[in-house]
Amino acid sequence: MFRDPKTLLLLFGMPIAQILLFGFALTNEIKDSKIVVIDYAQDNASKNIIHKLSANPAFDLAESHFNAEQIENAFQKGTIKLAVIFPANFEHNLLHSSNSQIQIIADASDPNTASTLSNYASAIIQDYQLSQLQQQGMATTPLNIDTQIRMIYNPELKGATNYVPGVMALVLLLVSVLMTSVSIVREKELGTMEILLVSPVSPLMVIISKAIPYFALSIFNLTIILMLSYFLLELPIAGSLVLLYAASSLLILTGLALGLLISNSTDSQQTAMLISLMGMLIPTILFSGFMFPIENMPWPLQIISNVVPSKWYYIIVKDVMIKGLGFSSVWKEMLILTSMAIALLLISLKKYKIRLV
Amino acid sequence: MTYDVTLQNITKTYEKGAIKAVKNVSLQIEKGELFGLIGPDGAGKTSIFRILTTLLLPDEGMANVNGLDVVSDYKEIRKRVGYMPGKFSLYQDLSVEENLKFFATLFDTTIEENYDIIKDIYVQIEPFKTRAAGQLSGGMKQKLALCCAMIHRPSVLFLDEPTTGVDSVSRKEFWNMLKKLKAQGITILVSTPYMDEATLCERIALIQEGEIMSVDTPQNIIDQYPMPLYKVKSDKMSLLLKDLRTLSYVTSAMSFGEFHHITFNSKTDESAQLLEDLKHHEKLECLPTRATVEDCFIHLMQNNVHAE
Repeated sequence: MFRDPKTLLLLFGMPIAQILLFGFALTNEIKDSKIVVIDYAQDNASKNIIHKLSANPAFDLAESHFNAEQIENAFQKGTIKLAVIFPANFEHNLLHSSNSQIQIIADASDPNTASTLSNYASAIIQDYQLSQLQQQGMATTPLNIDTQIRMIYNPELKGATNYVPGVMALVLLLVSVLMTSVSIVREKELGTMEILLVSPVSPLMVIISKAIPYFALSIFNLTIILMLSYFLLELPIAGSLVLLYAASSLLILTGLALGLLISNSTDSQQTAMLISLMGMLIPTILFSGFMFPIENMPWPLQIISNVVPSKWYYIIVKDVMIKGLGFSSVWKEMLILTSMAIALLLISLKKYKIRLV
Repeated sequence: MTYDVTLQNITKTYEKGAIKAVKNVSLQIEKGELFGLIGPDGAGKTSIFRILTTLLLPDEGMANVNGLDVVSDYKEIRKRVGYMPGKFSLYQDLSVEENLKFFATLFDTTIEENYDIIKDIYVQIEPFKTRAAGQLSGGMKQKLALCCAMIHRPSVLFLDEPTTGVDSVSRKEFWNMLKKLKAQGITILVSTPYMDEATLCERIALIQEGEIMSVDTPQNIIDQYPMPLYKVKSDKMSLLLKDLRTLSYVTSAMSFGEFHHITFNSKTDESAQLLEDLKHHEKLECLPTRATVEDCFIHLMQNNVHAE
């Protein structure tokens, strides 16, 4: 074991890395979630509640005068997770008809965060209501604040909205990276690479002919995932299917290029498989945002997350599939994925060994 | 004389120079020649083959195939040569026919177009054409590999230990096939660790530890064996070898299958003395014999060691 530094590193490095990552960096806790408050009332009662909301560490609160469309925009861009809206005459209604309303809108494309945040918000409102009751004594008629919670994008709070895009990212990337790297290393292991090299076939041709079947396979995989999630999990596809397939093709291409790169630097199928699994599975789970919110990570990890292709793909899929947004909202992520795919393909072509050793 | 393959002072090292696989090797192989590279495992045969097939870069020296430089014209060379690596390197899960078709396509040709060149060999494996290549016997695998290496009508054929791990009947067949291919004007460079196959080549190079010891026709190499050789036999062969080596007038004694081959210190025949000294052996025989390539190889090898 001590003569095999790679195994040694794996054995001792893994637990250290995992403890550090899960202990400090990756947490499911919700803190500093961006929420926006639109206060049409501007009275004592609304100010009181806003004050209580902003005191809660879960929220990073901003006040604004968004209209309905601006709120919609902010949700689409993902800049806010929750909006709290006080109607005009909030206190007046509360005092005179002892009945008032607050509207809470949450981005339920991430159902866990949405329900946690809206629960926090309504608890704070309940709390305010109780304290008012105690102040005024039991004599007066009980005040009633009616919180209307609206879960947009995913009114039924289906967990599938969260994990289907995540699983898509994971499966597509894993299959394309793993299969490509293993298939080329297998040629080396079996010795067929030796005769392939002593033939007029160019590196580009080898790479293309390796890539095409796995590309087709991955697209087929994607179709199955989408059909399952549509028919079995009853998760509608809100946006354009073409855009979804285009984005997936980009991710698959990135994966194929990565697989090629791995196969160039390894000599056994086992190593290729290990690198592909470790190098793809873990970052995809940790850094694509579908298990652990990236906003809550320390900044070095947030920076690292930017080089993980599945992060960008996850954003695109959520926007297109769940929120139903068009190309204009995801072009940036598409561009990042495209440049990743092109850069990796160029590197792997350049690194492709035209000789043995 | 036109040379089809030339090596000039080729040196190849591994592990950053720590292992010298090929040391300053120069060779010329004529067009249409059946040339054998004879040497034990680890002598550097595969390294030379890989340099010639453009798979490895030499550390020093120049090499040409078909008049093309192996470093700068590697693309052109790869179109023209046929290569059969030492390890069976076909797609084991593809059938015999699929493998052949694959390699034909790889070289932008078809089986039909070049069928005449592989016909003699292919008919022998054709009955098994739907069988997966991995399921074939050793001899048939070699025949298929040869077909695949030939399918694009190469001008030079590199066969790295094609008969290793193949039964003796198949080996004989294989050499007959090579002779037929040679008759078609293809230059063939073949390597083998089996000394008995050396005489089947037109010219051979004896290679040991990365160095060429001798290049000539097998007959000339045998003729150059400097001293008379005797074969000795008794009913206890291993004891006999031990006893032979204790005799002061015996220079070398080597086991050679049925007999032990020995040489005497002087050119005079000491066999009478030997029969007398070893009379405790039963059925003892000592007769003059002709040298084989292996005797020459061992002789050259020992001289090399003495020279160093």
